[in-house]
Amino acid sequence: MLIKRASDIASSEITPEDLFHNRREFIKKASAVLGIAAAGAILPACSNSTVSGMAQGKPKGKYDTDEKQTPFDDVTHYNNYYEFGTDKADPAQNSGKFKPTPWTVSVEGMVKKPASYALDDLLKGLTPEERVYRMRCVEAWSMVIPWTGIPLAAILAKLEPAPSAKYVEFKTIVRPDEMPGQRPSIFGSGLHWPYTEGLRMDEAMNPLAILVTGVYGKPLPNQNGAPIRLVTPWKYGFKGVKSIVKIRFTDKQPLTAWNEAAPQEYGFFANVNPQVDHPRWSQASERRIGEFYKRRTLMFNGYTEQVAQLYSGIDLRKFY
Amino acid sequence: MARFNRWWIFKPVVFLLCLVPMAWLLWDTFTGNLSANPVEDIRNRTGIWTLRFLMITLGVTPVRRLAGWPSLIRFRRMLGLFAFFYAFVHFITYIWLDQAFAWDEILKDVTTTRPFIISGLASFILLIPLAITSTRKWIGRLGGKRWQMIHRLIYLSAVVGVLHYYWRVKLDVSRPLAYGAVLVVLLGFRLAAAAVYDRRPVSVQRAPLR
Repeated sequence: MLIKRASDIASSEITPEDLFHNRREFIKKASAVLGIAAAGAILPACSNSTVSGMAQGKPKGKYDTDEKQTPFDDVTHYNNYYEFGTDKADPAQNSGKFKPTPWTVSVEGMVKKPASYALDDLLKGLTPEERVYRMRCVEAWSMVIPWTGIPLAAILAKLEPAPSAKYVEFKTIVRPDEMPGQRPSIFGSGLHWPYTEGLRMDEAMNPLAILVTGVYGKPLPNQNGAPIRLVTPWKYGFKGVKSIVKIRFTDKQPLTAWNEAAPQEYGFFANVNPQVDHPRWSQASERRIGEFYKRRTLMFNGYTEQVAQLYSGIDLRKFY
Repeated sequence: MARFNRWWIFKPVVFLLCLVPMAWLLWDTFTGNLSANPVEDIRNRTGIWTLRFLMITLGVTPVRRLAGWPSLIRFRRMLGLFAFFYAFVHFITYIWLDQAFAWDEILKDVTTTRPFIISGLASFILLIPLAITSTRKWIGRLGGKRWQMIHRLIYLSAVVGVLHYYWRVKLDVSRPLAYGAVLVVLLGFRLAAAAVYDRRPVSVQRAPLR
């Protein structure tokens, strides 16, 4: 991928993925290796602190969770990405032909600089950050994923939306040749292409919202939404629109894909809320991938402190 | 006698074939071949096999009439009991693996407006009297006519079961609709056959319909 990285790459990005899986194991192995090296050096006492510093990856960020991370293999082989098929295994299986480079993002609507940007240009000068977020799917399962991305607020600041803009809308690319789920069929998935998502401007400016270009320190795989996707961890996973080609600023609430397909089941906001059930199943609990029994779902997926103020005075039962 | 023996040999074969989906599921479970969400896989696969066995069971009568294989009736009870078996495993998966015996959650699932859960539960419960009264003894105890009436509950169980599947999927309803179409054909055959039978003289009503 051609996305340029800022000079200060997080150490986690250069940590091999298999070591990421088991930090304890990593510490043990690294200690042994460095221990031998240190025996020849004069400063053996320093080796230990060096090792543990490295093993921690970058220091835990303000928004990171330290919960056990879902293995890379599960993050990349259990996906909802209907453009590649409706089964969880379909995206990994059917996305091989998809070409995430070169990539252009069209910026439109109520914005100072409407233009088509090469992805590299859009992200130029912005610093990617690693964020370890919980991801709660509306289907009542969840993961913990180390994303690499750029705060959406930083990108929006660069684009300079007009004060009249109240919402930002995102669209996924339409490429039926490379995305079998987009080809016409008798029933189809029930979604209309392009997949559309949107946020209120204040939601988009929230520091938790990021445009993601990588996972586990690697470029984003096709099945996870390469080359660039949205992640809003306090909302259900379907808000995370993938393979974004259009960013449009508007004063009207965008008609989002799932909201259009089944308005009584999926709202525009789609905030994780254990008190507001899906009409067909409970949202009070979730199965964390890799765990046997379910766990309680947290309000705003555990990000209340960061986002609750966005919804003060709003009836979340009505605006689900 | 020779004819009887031949069928007798087939029965254990069919029995083992009916166990293949279960064996396959257990194999995948213990060799780590399921997806990242194994409980979901177990739930989906036992559910879909329940529907398949319901359809196969309902297919016995049309096939034996249309193909002129009346002996197929020997397998119907076993097939029906396998539908119940997969429904039972599916039900236990929900109660145990899914809800971890959290009865308050289960009660909430059933009592709040969740046609999805209610339909699944109803489809299963409707099969219980059929499983209980599946023995020869029960046919005698109830009398053929009443027994047959009770066992027509399978129609309702299958209809509610397909609805359960329909409500399960998020948007892509093509597969539930395919099952629905098969069910319409299977039940439609019975309506058509009944209509034809009604018009035939009583003396030929016992003959197989061709």
